[in-house]
Amino acid sequence: MTLLITILAAVVTSCIWYSSARARRLKTGVLCSMFWGASLMWLVDAVAEYIELGAAYFTPAAQDMLNDAFLGFSVIVLALTVWVVLLFVKDPDGVVRSALHNQRS
Amino acid sequence: MACFLVPTTEAIVTTIATKIIEKKEKEAVSTELEQGVELSSLHRERFSVKLNRLNHLLWGGSLLLAFEHFWHGEIQPFFPFLTAAGNPADWAEALHEMSTVGVGMAVLVTCVWGVHTWVLDRIAQREGMAQHEEQARRAIRK
Repeated sequence: MTLLITILAAVVTSCIWYSSARARRLKTGVLCSMFWGASLMWLVDAVAEYIELGAAYFTPAAQDMLNDAFLGFSVIVLALTVWVVLLFVKDPDGVVRSALHNQRS
Repeated sequence: MACFLVPTTEAIVTTIATKIIEKKEKEAVSTELEQGVELSSLHRERFSVKLNRLNHLLWGGSLLLAFEHFWHGEIQPFFPFLTAAGNPADWAEALHEMSTVGVGMAVLVTCVWGVHTWVLDRIAQREGMAQHEEQARRAIRK
């Protein structure tokens, strides 16, 4: 479930990155890399688990699925938070800098 | 248990390598500019930029995986940080997981990055060739 949610997030952010020049300027590429990197890593984890469990891997308990879904959404929130912090630090549009400048003057 | 440590280690190594390569490339570009060089050669994507993409994949993936391990109680915010480190049997299992799943993760991410970089290079090469052909055609017409 975590893998599915992360791949979904990776696909959505990639589509946003591809379709909008503004999104590319706002460093959504970093967000794409984060989601794709984690998806690839969890894919290896899933394959290892499938080798160990066999077909049982595809029939998880409801509580495990719920917990994994909760983890998946938490992972998305963490990635978005990291991206926002990075965006504010890099400040490609100069919004933070101008806000600070206006406060001082 | 600690599989994310392998891609994290790779991320540290590639980040250091990127910094060194970036410095060398800057020196090379400034030397080329002093000697006089075609501007088109400066537009080529530098290796450090390509390597930076791998860094983002590795750091991003490792961060989210570390969070997952924290979620499952495999990482703790105090020494020895990995819960498996406290017990030799758990540590042996963690080492086994690092050498199988962890290495697999690092290899897969690096392979995907390699293929992605190769495809981008081929596209850039083809576009460059098309531009040269167009310039040659225009020169013949004149």
